[in-house]
Amino acid sequence: MSSPLPLSQFKRDATRLSADLTHRERLQTAMGKYQASRQPQQAAFHDWQQARQVAAETKWDALNHLDVYLKEFEKNATARGTRVHWASNSEQAREIIVDLLKKHGAKSVIKSKVMTSEEIHLNALLEKLGYSVVESDLGEYIQQLRGEGPYHFVFPCMHLSRAEISDLFTEHLGTATTHDPEELTMIARRVLREKYITADVGFTGANFIVAETGMISITENEGNARLTAALPRVMISLVGIEKVVPRLADLALFLPMLATAGTGQPLTCYNSMYGGPRQPDECDGPEEWHVILLDNHRTRLLADPEQRDALHCIRCGACLNVCPIFKNIGGHSYGTTYQGPIGAVITPHLRGVQDWKHLSSASSLCGACTETCPVKIDLHHHLLQQRRNAVAQKRGGLEGLLWKAFAFCMNQPVIYRTMTKMGRWTRPLHRWIQGSWLDPARAWTRTRELPPLPAETFKDFWRNRKG
Amino acid sequence: MKVTLFVPCFIDLVSPQVGVAMVNLLEKLGHTLEYPEKLTCCGQPPFNSGYWEEARRVARPVLERLQNAEAVVIGSGSCGAMLKKFYPDLFAGQPEAEAAQALSDKCWEFSEFLVNKLGVTSVGAKFPHRVTIHDGCHGLRELNGKQPIRKLLQAVEGLELVEMKEAETCCGFGGTFATKFPMISTAMGEVKCASAAETCAEFMVSNDSSCLLHLRGLMDRTGQSLPTRHVAEILMCS
Repeated sequence: MSSPLPLSQFKRDATRLSADLTHRERLQTAMGKYQASRQPQQAAFHDWQQARQVAAETKWDALNHLDVYLKEFEKNATARGTRVHWASNSEQAREIIVDLLKKHGAKSVIKSKVMTSEEIHLNALLEKLGYSVVESDLGEYIQQLRGEGPYHFVFPCMHLSRAEISDLFTEHLGTATTHDPEELTMIARRVLREKYITADVGFTGANFIVAETGMISITENEGNARLTAALPRVMISLVGIEKVVPRLADLALFLPMLATAGTGQPLTCYNSMYGGPRQPDECDGPEEWHVILLDNHRTRLLADPEQRDALHCIRCGACLNVCPIFKNIGGHSYGTTYQGPIGAVITPHLRGVQDWKHLSSASSLCGACTETCPVKIDLHHHLLQQRRNAVAQKRGGLEGLLWKAFAFCMNQPVIYRTMTKMGRWTRPLHRWIQGSWLDPARAWTRTRELPPLPAETFKDFWRNRKG
Repeated sequence: MKVTLFVPCFIDLVSPQVGVAMVNLLEKLGHTLEYPEKLTCCGQPPFNSGYWEEARRVARPVLERLQNAEAVVIGSGSCGAMLKKFYPDLFAGQPEAEAAQALSDKCWEFSEFLVNKLGVTSVGAKFPHRVTIHDGCHGLRELNGKQPIRKLLQAVEGLELVEMKEAETCCGFGGTFATKFPMISTAMGEVKCASAAETCAEFMVSNDSSCLLHLRGLMDRTGQSLPTRHVAEILMCS
């Protein structure tokens, strides 16, 4: 069976979940908690707005000199024994990874949370080729058992209740029913500990890579990335090219900022800086470390001077957490690797404007995302520009005609006035067709009443008072 | 001061009493008003839909007609943002670029005009009721106008202001969004209405009638009886 077109899938899922009150309640509660914990953390910054400015400028500098900083990263990482690979697209990245697994005769892979691997659909590929792949982040592990992608790129299974997770574990792992979060975590931990020990290859992403030192910075709350990077013999890190920051000192701002905006923590529990494989004088660590720098159309976004700042993104997920659309339709409705406002902005660049332009239309342009973004991405204005770009590329047939007619009518005060009058005369007839397929206002009237039309418009009032 | 009124189409057609209240109030404060009757729409609907050429066609007469105004007062945060913030974007690189910028500098959303330009907060209104505010997103975030409406309402005699939890959350109107994605828009409106109801307010007040149009329609359908008012209407109560 072929999968539905992105637009049909979006409309179908968003419509269903918008009306699902249990789902809405769960999201509103979770995001309410997030807001409550974020606020004091943000207030702890000496000047949050200034911090945003500095972060945005640092990222802007990194992106505008990407050629310099990525090469500097490569040079410094290589100097400590890391092998740096460059992948232009998803196919190249997949090929590099599979070649490495083959070269090392690997059979099993343990992964910490890697959104870039979702982007290149790595798990499906490796499973098809017969490798055992296990997600070690609890949320990702749960989603893997469910056979679906992350629901939110920071909180992968936030849409599930404890009961649902318990049932899932019972079904797949044969464990007894429990609704205690600690017990649920312990169940996963018992399974995963075994996997760390037996895995041939560890697989991570990166929150930042540092040009100055050639280091990979990974932020996490569960310690699973540490175990992933500590036990297997071979490490592979798949990293988007926009993750580079110039200096190690930049992390002094970005780490607390990411924690604050992402989860409302002062700092995430574990912040690790990896300097490559085991050095000759060291007693532990992986024997090989491979870093794959992934473009996958990020340079297409880089080439757009208007929207380039979308590459500032540190994937904190704050824009999802405040987005009233996300809070009603949830993450899976988007049908993308990256959900919410940032997903709506970057997906058309990464995967094609015409297929994904509906995501920019599915926004009230309220601007809550832009206001909350720690690195000052002008998200909601980019959605507006995206709509313009999509039309410039390909006008909508019927919609294009409607706007032409609209512009014509609005420019003729006489027509505007006649239409106003006609609207008032024909209004009483509307109730006969209201809500039916004949109703031209059906999209409105299915859930809302049309406003009553007063006998006198403001223009009438003004004219009458002039006398 | 000579004030030029820009009355959005939805106020003209659906909520003319808001325009009337603005006229009466500004005249009460001693200002001379003019209203360019031939202007209809600011062009925001095609602009927000990506049809910028059509938007320019609608916006051009507005730009021309308002060129010589001393101050333009707009009865909605949304259309206010269109004239003040988005005209310069819409006409960037066009022959009208400079004119759009010049117009931007003298455009004011109604409540912002009273408080920030005229320095007026108290207009001698009385409204002995419990009121909650809905912040229209354009007024709130594009025009940075959270305070003016609050200052005006706080100065109204007898008015008890109670903030709702979701005051700054979008109501889900969003212009054409409300009909392109009606179910998402409706869900957002329901969240807003529930939050307003929690406050036990007798009225929901906003400086954007377009949001209220959507919320009113939703509440009329569900039978929620929370009356909605534009801030100008409250300021004319005595």
